[in-house]
Amino acid sequence: MELLVASAVGALTAGGVYLMLRLRAFAVILGLALLSYAVNIFLFSTGRLAVAKPPVLDGYTVSDFGAYTDPLPQALVLTAIVISFGMTAVLVMFALGAYLEAGDDKIDMDGPDQPDRQIAATTPQGSESDGITFGFEPRERDA
Amino acid sequence: MNHWIIAPVILPALLAPLIAFVMRHDIVLARAASSVGTLALLAISVGLTIMAANGGVHVYYLGNWPAPFGIVLVLDRLSALMVLLTALLAVIVLFHAIATGWDKRGNHFHALFQFQLMGICGAFLTGDAFNLFVFFEVLLIASYGLMVHAGGKVRLQAGLQYVVMNLVGSTLFLFALGTLYASTGTLNIADLIVKVQESNAGDDGLIRVAAMLLLIVFGVKAALVPLHFWLPATYANAPAPVAALFAIMTKVGAYAIIRIHGMAFGPENPATGSLISDWLFVLALVTTAVGAIGVFGARRLGSLLSYAVIGSMGTLLLAVSAFDPYAITTALYYLVHSTFAAAALFLLADLIIARRGNDWLGVQPATVQNGLFAALFFAGAIAMAGMPPLSGFLGKLMILDALRSPEVIGWAWTAILLGSLLTILGFAQAGSGLFWKSTASTPSDMGKAADAPGDQAKSDTDRLATTALAIAPSMIALCVLAALTVMAGPVTTYLEATSAQLHDSSNYVDAVLNGNSREEK
Repeated sequence: MELLVASAVGALTAGGVYLMLRLRAFAVILGLALLSYAVNIFLFSTGRLAVAKPPVLDGYTVSDFGAYTDPLPQALVLTAIVISFGMTAVLVMFALGAYLEAGDDKIDMDGPDQPDRQIAATTPQGSESDGITFGFEPRERDA
Repeated sequence: MNHWIIAPVILPALLAPLIAFVMRHDIVLARAASSVGTLALLAISVGLTIMAANGGVHVYYLGNWPAPFGIVLVLDRLSALMVLLTALLAVIVLFHAIATGWDKRGNHFHALFQFQLMGICGAFLTGDAFNLFVFFEVLLIASYGLMVHAGGKVRLQAGLQYVVMNLVGSTLFLFALGTLYASTGTLNIADLIVKVQESNAGDDGLIRVAAMLLLIVFGVKAALVPLHFWLPATYANAPAPVAALFAIMTKVGAYAIIRIHGMAFGPENPATGSLISDWLFVLALVTTAVGAIGVFGARRLGSLLSYAVIGSMGTLLLAVSAFDPYAITTALYYLVHSTFAAAALFLLADLIIARRGNDWLGVQPATVQNGLFAALFFAGAIAMAGMPPLSGFLGKLMILDALRSPEVIGWAWTAILLGSLLTILGFAQAGSGLFWKSTASTPSDMGKAADAPGDQAKSDTDRLATTALAIAPSMIALCVLAALTVMAGPVTTYLEATSAQLHDSSNYVDAVLNGNSREEK
């Protein structure tokens, strides 16, 4: 059980990090979704792993707390799921908006000191695409 | 139980949906409601500050559940100060947005603004680590909307980057909280302070991991190098009033470090020892350097100011990293100062960019009211760079004084002093390009508008002239800096009491867990 949960968290995190490093909107969204699954399972296990035990106490006169599982991580996971669901929806809208505006789903941008399209149009020597880009430049075959 | 403590959260939370649903088509009504709400928030926060000033720790038990089982809001001197800072900044920013018409350029500015205030105030007031996460999400989701307010290609791309960065931060925050809960069994900050002190040695490793993860998360918010790279693109591309409001967002990260690391994972904690302060010190040094070099090398006004913000966060966190009461006092003074300095500069930059048509720091024909803007920019720049007579100088002087212990003095003084020099040079370069050299070049030099008839030039002048209303908010922000300088004595006395209260956490713990709110003698 421990091995299963631990390797699930590890595999999901590894996949999520890999996908996020692709720096294309769709891959990053999937990567963040995987990461949020990983963190949900991780949060679950913080209350110690217990199989087939109820989180709700049966009456007030309980003597054996070992027969129950910790309810708090379950509440935390619920909150985390709701928040990450909402955030993913926002992220999809952002990615869509940026894609439709820019015609490109790159996540990283040129440095803030690079000429942008508007300015470049008024200065004769700067063209819009040959500015130096910082960081990872996605290759064509990723598109 | 005093219900006013939750008012800074409830008031914007109620107002925002009201503005979004009832007043969505009526900008005048939305402006009125938003202004009244923000002014009311300011009044409430002044009241809360007076309430907290006597040294009591006021606790609000949500749903009357006893701590540490329920969520608590805690009002002490630090949270009252931060809420007051937020409210004052919000009033200034809101009036700038209304006067310059930024709020009309997209939908739902006022509703998002109120949600943002709700998140920020909640983050400052909460006494529960998971609740802190929730309020972080509230303020972030509102800031995503505000960040892309008025739209545009570059802004949307910068917004996407900002969202991804913060979602990763949120995920890490959850990992940190999970680790913390697994090792201590609590998420209430007061209970955490007790539990990490008495944890058994086997859990020390987990507690250290959780503390470092939290430092990373708050470092993302506070733009600590190497987690700062989202900030220049975000601040430079955000609408100006939003960038000015974001001046408090980096401070949320600094606040969380002071609150959680300062109280629970400080040097007196056996599990973490000097781990946090060692890392924070080195990273803050690099942050100061990167900020200063960025200011020096910036070619656009937006990135100049963004790097100035990063540099000021570096200086602030250098003071925080000492984790002793005097250093925290100086850090808090500098925190208040740098918030208003950054806000004033971003608001001024908005007016300057609107006049010049772009934000490149090159020489262009002088625009109308060149002298006025030059003077205001000069005032903002000397405040930001830390030159006398404004509060930046006092703040940096106090931080230098606090970082005098032999182990840190060499690195810290070098970083702060050289950083200030580079910042001054960067701002001087920018200011002389923007204002001074511009007076020498006439429109005909630039080869355009040379044959404009006199009448049209005259009407252009009138159209572009800033109204007193539009420039008042940035002037008020500068006046706050002046007031902070003049009132440095009383302010420092309050801040000394604040950091003393933070340092002696027994009072805080006692108030939250046992419900004893005793006032200091």
